[in-house]
Amino acid sequence: MAAPSLTPSTADPARPARPRTAAPPPPGGRFARSLRRNLTAHGFLIGAVVCFAVFSWYPMIREFGLAFQKTGNGGTSWVGLDNLETVYHDPAFWQAWRNTLLFTLLALLLGFAVPFVTAIVINEFRHGQGYLRLLVYLPVMLPPVASVLLFKYLYDPGYGLLNELLGFLHLPEQQWLQDPGLSMLSVVIASTWMNMGGATLIYLAALQGIPGELYEAAELDGAGLLRKVWHVTIPQTRLILSLMLLMQVVATMQVFVEPFLLTGGAGPEGSTTTVVYLIYQYAFNFNNYGAAAALGLLLLVLLAGFSAAYVRLSRAGDE
Amino acid sequence: MSTRTLISPAQLAKPRGRFLYWAVFAVVVAAFTLVFLGPLYWLASSGVKDPQEVIQTPPTLVPKSFTPGNYTRAWDVMDLSRLLLNTTFYAFGALACQLVLDVAAAYSLSKLRPVLGKAILGMMLATLMIPATVLVVPQYLTVLDVPVVHRNLLNSPWAIWLPSVTNAFNIFLLKRFFDSIPKELLDAAAMDGASPMRVLWSIVLPISRPILSVVSIFAIVGVWKDFLWPMLTLPDPSKQTLNVGIYSLSTGVPVNILIAALTIASLPTLLIFLVFQRNIMSGLTAGGLKG
Repeated sequence: MAAPSLTPSTADPARPARPRTAAPPPPGGRFARSLRRNLTAHGFLIGAVVCFAVFSWYPMIREFGLAFQKTGNGGTSWVGLDNLETVYHDPAFWQAWRNTLLFTLLALLLGFAVPFVTAIVINEFRHGQGYLRLLVYLPVMLPPVASVLLFKYLYDPGYGLLNELLGFLHLPEQQWLQDPGLSMLSVVIASTWMNMGGATLIYLAALQGIPGELYEAAELDGAGLLRKVWHVTIPQTRLILSLMLLMQVVATMQVFVEPFLLTGGAGPEGSTTTVVYLIYQYAFNFNNYGAAAALGLLLLVLLAGFSAAYVRLSRAGDE
Repeated sequence: MSTRTLISPAQLAKPRGRFLYWAVFAVVVAAFTLVFLGPLYWLASSGVKDPQEVIQTPPTLVPKSFTPGNYTRAWDVMDLSRLLLNTTFYAFGALACQLVLDVAAAYSLSKLRPVLGKAILGMMLATLMIPATVLVVPQYLTVLDVPVVHRNLLNSPWAIWLPSVTNAFNIFLLKRFFDSIPKELLDAAAMDGASPMRVLWSIVLPISRPILSVVSIFAIVGVWKDFLWPMLTLPDPSKQTLNVGIYSLSTGVPVNILIAALTIASLPTLLIFLVFQRNIMSGLTAGGLKG
């Protein structure tokens, strides 16, 4: 496939050759020149730096402050670990973590394995690869409200298509979103449908980088299909697999939109309350920014390990 | 595609191999079409059903009733023209801010190399390590009262545009691309007396068209798909985005009207995808491999 190259092409025949007369060196000594060069460079940087400072770095610092403060009608005061205690004693605390971990686990089982197998299968085809790639990525481009509400319609116990399909296969009908034991799985299925395209395409690109000789060598050693996958495909894509795994853990632990739109957030008997939904509730339903920040801090600490591992691995991959 | 994959060409050339290949191929193509296009067909076709048929059990695969008027009613009832216009406005404004500020920053970090440039880049990349949802609360409080200038950006498009600039990943992609532009080329221009601005405009940007298109598409799609942030910062119904507007009206309209609205809402990004799919897919793997 002739994808547009992402390396610059410097050959530009359209650029007319201009007569070369060396410009006079800028006035001033070396120090003045260096100062001017730096001022220009920082001039180019300043816009982005201001945005980062106001909307990224400052909120980051503020997150740490908020977690240990209380904002009441009497102003803001430091309250130490009070917020963490409030959060910890919330009956929803453990449930939210359990649900989030369950979501992450299910999303990895589905969202990690399915795209990889899909990519391996698509990569074997000599025809129609473009079409299959297009299909897998299609849901990624939909506005989340459209795909989530579409799933809500498909899941409907009365007039939904999924139960109809189960009936057709002589399987028992399900209360997809109303059954507390099933609601999280339903959220994961919708989420996987919506998001698996990106991972699939990334795996596909990685698979196409595997040298064919490795498979030939494995065949000479008498390896069958599964052994070739195990001894060639997986080791050759190990780096990208582990990077994607870490990235998916960080992303799925922050799940919010899918349960929020599918089950209203909490779900039947709180079965889809996630940590981020709890943060959202503290901040925007109860105006308790301190508790929201404290819970956010816990999530941040937990995910920092994964993020650090990701950065380490991707650095190692660069070398 | 001539690269050698899991299954050897010799195996495929045998009659049995060829039969298996086509059998698997047919099953996979059928399954993919069903799984990924099926729901979209269901969406578009349910949008023309009348109110009884759309909630009938068992559901009908081919609509018996045909009321395309649902689409025009959805357009009016949910005020889709305003929502679409709003979202387009936010998306292209964010694109403009990102193109100007992020490109300038990446150019400076890559080619002008100011003092402390490395530290600034490091601090920008560090933001990628903070889970985005954790920052939503302090970011929201910042938008309510922007430090130093003490402005409230609630319901202002700047609440979408300015935070969109803090996309460290874009800056990283752009910088890496600029790094690969040969230094001699820029030095030659500087020798001719071109200012840094002129070098950026006449040499760097024309060469960088592939990465610019990737960054632009992701900038637009990012705003288009965002939900939580616009829901918090643009509460005024007349300023809402497509996602938020449809969500907030979703419980108050008949099912067939809602579904027609969802179909309309899906079209713009699907069209963008069909037109730019090559750029999108190459951008995805360019970013995905290194992150």
